[in-house]
Amino acid sequence: MENVKLLMVILLSAVFVDNYVLCRFLGICPFLGVSKKLDQASGMGVAVTVVMLLATALTWPIQHFVLDTLNLGYLQNIIFILVIATLVQMLEMLLKKLSPALYRGLGVYLPLITTNCAVLGVTINNIIDGYSFVESLASTLGCGLGFLLAMVLFSGLRSRINESKIPAPFRGLAVTLIAASFISLAFMGFGGIVENLFA
Amino acid sequence: MEILIACLAVLAIALTAGALLLVFSHFFAVRKNPLAAAVRECLPGINCGACGYRGCDDYAEALAEGGVKPSLCIPGAQKAADAISTILGTEKVEVEDVVAFVACNGHCEATAQIAQYAGVQTCRAASMLFGGPNACRFGCLGLGDCAAACPSHAIDMADGIAHVNTALCLGCGLCSRTCPKQIITMLPQEAATAVMCSSKQKGAEARKACRNACIGCKKCEKVCPNGAIAVTDNLAVIDYTKCTHCGLCADACPTGCLKKVFFPDIPEDCDCKELIK
Repeated sequence: MENVKLLMVILLSAVFVDNYVLCRFLGICPFLGVSKKLDQASGMGVAVTVVMLLATALTWPIQHFVLDTLNLGYLQNIIFILVIATLVQMLEMLLKKLSPALYRGLGVYLPLITTNCAVLGVTINNIIDGYSFVESLASTLGCGLGFLLAMVLFSGLRSRINESKIPAPFRGLAVTLIAASFISLAFMGFGGIVENLFA
Repeated sequence: MEILIACLAVLAIALTAGALLLVFSHFFAVRKNPLAAAVRECLPGINCGACGYRGCDDYAEALAEGGVKPSLCIPGAQKAADAISTILGTEKVEVEDVVAFVACNGHCEATAQIAQYAGVQTCRAASMLFGGPNACRFGCLGLGDCAAACPSHAIDMADGIAHVNTALCLGCGLCSRTCPKQIITMLPQEAATAVMCSSKQKGAEARKACRNACIGCKKCEKVCPNGAIAVTDNLAVIDYTKCTHCGLCADACPTGCLKKVFFPDIPEDCDCKELIK
């Protein structure tokens, strides 16, 4: 029971309190780039979540059984990027085969998951926070869902922005960034809530 | 020794990743139309966009799927079109050779600037500020957006207007799409006369703004034996499907804006084609 509670805390705080996009400001590029339409935004969110989960499942053992035992901790960044890049390539092939429409919609942002700092950030933070394998997966799932949530929320907001009258100087990226900052502010309000949920 | 271990570890992980990717690419390979690859070989690969597709790859795929004319590649010209129709087994189609033509002769002696522009030195920026500093709202701004867009360096800026070196021009039309004043038109290579003005102002005003302007006097319209010229919106327009290249209109034009032109063929061994590769 205690374990489940701990996992829930990790998961929920990763979704709301430490949301990677809105509170830690990682992975902003796809957040602004592919959040125009709901289907593409959710597709991107799911893609990133899958890559994050797979990356964590692979990097955690690599860190603990290869890098730590061989005393090669300084290779962490290079190895993790290598693993993530491979995963993204695989995902690209899968999507190309299974869902060409989504593949075209995501366009250049799909290979860019490789350099999405949210993915690398999750894997490295899991190691830094000293999570066990299961805890790492829970926190990763939370981060992925948080990313998905941010993308979906923001795509909804952007479709409303598209239909509203905006003063000329704010049109385009300017109003998008301002809207993003408001969502971010709103998410700051979650601070301290999750820990007390299960108290 | 430590370096060796580090190298071996990275190598091992990289090799595993590579092997995984190989397996994946084998199982999830997307079957491409083999025709597309063969067609792509015939295209020049400069991705100019003259065909209307996003690039040579896109055009090749559309061709392989069928229903698209093989004559849309202008830099590739007849040679590419013939090669493509041979591969696809369709009938050969003639490619219309076109050449970029700057429809403005408002060089610095013929017209003047009514303002001093000190902003960003591109035509696009200048035209956004009250249509640019020129006396004529329609004319060439001379800041060289077209020259920057040209993949074969066929456009030079001189005397305040753009000049096309027709021997180098591939006919891709990038300049035509770049020009914010939309004064670059694509003319058929056999055109013998062309209107070197884009001003739609009334005769007197156009003339006041530029000595070389078309004043819409309709002399060319009357003298043309084939009815190929029509003055619309105070500007003479030549219909090249009717024009027989007699040149009578150019002789009749009082301001000299309707000029005789000569577009030589691009020589097969022109080094401009090498440059692009």
